[in-house]
Amino acid sequence: MQAAAATGSVLAAGNAVAAVIPGERRATLDGVVPSEYSTDETPNSYMDVTTYNNFYEFGVRKQDPYRNSQDFEPRPWSVEVSGNAEVTGTFALEDFVKPHTLEERIYRLRCVEAWSMVIPWVGIPLADIIKRFRPLSSAKYVRFETLHDPNMMPGQRSRSLRWPYVEGLTIEEATNPLTILAVGVYGEVLPNQNGAPLRLVVPWKYGFKSIKSIVKIEFSERRPASSWEQAAPHEYGFYANVNPEVSHPRWSQARERRIGSDQGTGLSALLSAPRQPTLMFNGYAEHVAHLYDGLDLRKNY
Amino acid sequence: MDTIRQLRFVWKPLVFTISLLPFLLVVGDLYGITGQLGANPIEEIQDRFGNWGLRFMLVALAVTPLRRLSGWNWLQRFRRMLGLFAFFYVLLHFLVWLFLDRELLNQLLSGGAGALPQQTSVWGLIVEDIVERPFITIGFAALLILTALAATSTTGVRRRLGRRWQQLHNGVYVAAILGVWHYWWQVKLDASDPLIYAIALSMLLGYRAWHRWAPAFRAQHST
Repeated sequence: MQAAAATGSVLAAGNAVAAVIPGERRATLDGVVPSEYSTDETPNSYMDVTTYNNFYEFGVRKQDPYRNSQDFEPRPWSVEVSGNAEVTGTFALEDFVKPHTLEERIYRLRCVEAWSMVIPWVGIPLADIIKRFRPLSSAKYVRFETLHDPNMMPGQRSRSLRWPYVEGLTIEEATNPLTILAVGVYGEVLPNQNGAPLRLVVPWKYGFKSIKSIVKIEFSERRPASSWEQAAPHEYGFYANVNPEVSHPRWSQARERRIGSDQGTGLSALLSAPRQPTLMFNGYAEHVAHLYDGLDLRKNY
Repeated sequence: MDTIRQLRFVWKPLVFTISLLPFLLVVGDLYGITGQLGANPIEEIQDRFGNWGLRFMLVALAVTPLRRLSGWNWLQRFRRMLGLFAFFYVLLHFLVWLFLDRELLNQLLSGGAGALPQQTSVWGLIVEDIVERPFITIGFAALLILTALAATSTTGVRRRLGRRWQQLHNGVYVAAILGVWHYWWQVKLDASDPLIYAIALSMLLGYRAWHRWAPAFRAQHST
C-alpha cells in the first residue's frame, strides 16, 4: 500500500470544478450540475426522504435513523482505499471528492420491502473516482464498509446485523455510469440519517446495496460477502437487482408502492398511493441489463 | 350507586373508551390532528393495529391469572370486552392489509380496471400471499379462530353451547401463539419486539399450566 502523501498529485489533477462539501448541516452544495440520467418523476418531499429511512446503525424502525442520528458527527472523515489498485491509502473526505464535479441525480429508490421513493441525490460518478486509483486487472469486485462506532451509532450496540456493514459490487457494476457516491440530497449536504457524509447509490438494486457512511473501499479479487447476505442468505443475494419476477420470501416483488406523506389527509392519503408494477432493474434496464447477460437472475438474486 | 350499576355505567364505559384510544389516535393522525402517520401511512396503521391486537390479546389473557392471584373477582367482568377489542384490532389489521396494502379497495373503486397487469387478479395476489407466505398463513389462521370466538361471545350462545363453549374458547391460546409467531416471522431481523410479546405470552400460558397441573403433581407426590 502506498502512502497517502504519494497520491497527492493524483488527487490534485482533476476537473475544473472542484467539489466542496461544507461541514455544516443542511449547507447548500455549490457547483452542482444536472444529469441526463435523472428521472423526470417528482421527487419525494425532503421530509419523507429524511424521516423514513432504513439505516440499522441507528435503529431498526423507520423513524429511528432521524431520531438517533442527530448527535452523529460526520467530520473529520476519511476514506481508506485498499486492495488491488495502483493507488491506495487513506484520504481526507475533502481530498477524496475535490477533483470531481458534483452532479444531481434524481433516481428512483426501490426498497426490498416493496416500497419506493424518488430522491434527488447529489453525488459523483463512482467510475470517475475509481479511475483515479487505477485498479489492477485482478480487481474484480469492490467492497465497501460503513463506519463502526457504537458510541455514535447506537444501533451497532445491538447485534441485529454483523457490524460493520459491508456491501459489494462487481467492478463492472461499480463503474457503470449510473452508480454514484452521494454526498448530498436536495442540493444540500447529506443528512446523517441518509448516510453522511458519503454513501453509495446503485439505483437498479434494492436499497440495502446502497451502503451508507462509507469509510473503506477495497478492490478485491474475491466476491465480498455483504451483511444482509450473511444474515439471511436465502433472502438476500449478492446481486439484489430489482426484479419483479423473483419474489422475496416475505414480499412479492411484482408490485411496489410509491410512498409519500404529501398525498393529502384522511382516506385519500390511504388510497392515493396504489401499488404500481415493479420495473425490471427498477426501470434502468437499458443502462444495466447487459451487465447480466448469460447470468441466471433467479439463482443469482 | 351499587356495585353492579357502577360497573355498568362507570367502569365498563371507561375501559371501553380507553381501549378505543389507539383507534381514535390513528384517525386523528390520519387527519393530521393528533400527529402524523409518516411517509408510508398504510404500513404505519397496519403495524399499529396488529400491535394493539396482540396487546389486547395478552391483556385479556392476563385477566384470569390476575384475578386468581389478587382475589379481585370483578376483573372477570372485563374479560369479554378486552377479548373483543383484541379481535377488533386484529380485524382492522387484516382489513388494512386486504383493502389497502393488497389494494382490494382501489380495485373495487375502479371497477377492476385498475393498473394491474394482464392475467393478474387482485384476488390471485391475495390468495398467493396467504398460501405462499407462511407468516401470512398463520396470521390468517389466528384471525379465523378469533372470528369464531367473537361470534360465540354472547351470553346466549355461551349458555347454549354449555361445556363445548369452553373447549372452543380454549382456541384463544392457539390464536395467541399464532399471532406472536406471525409477528416474529414478519420482522426482517431484529426480533426484540416480538420477543417481548413471546415472553409475556409464555408467562401467561405458563401460569395456567402450573395452576392446572401443580396441584395434581403435589397430590401425587405427597401420597
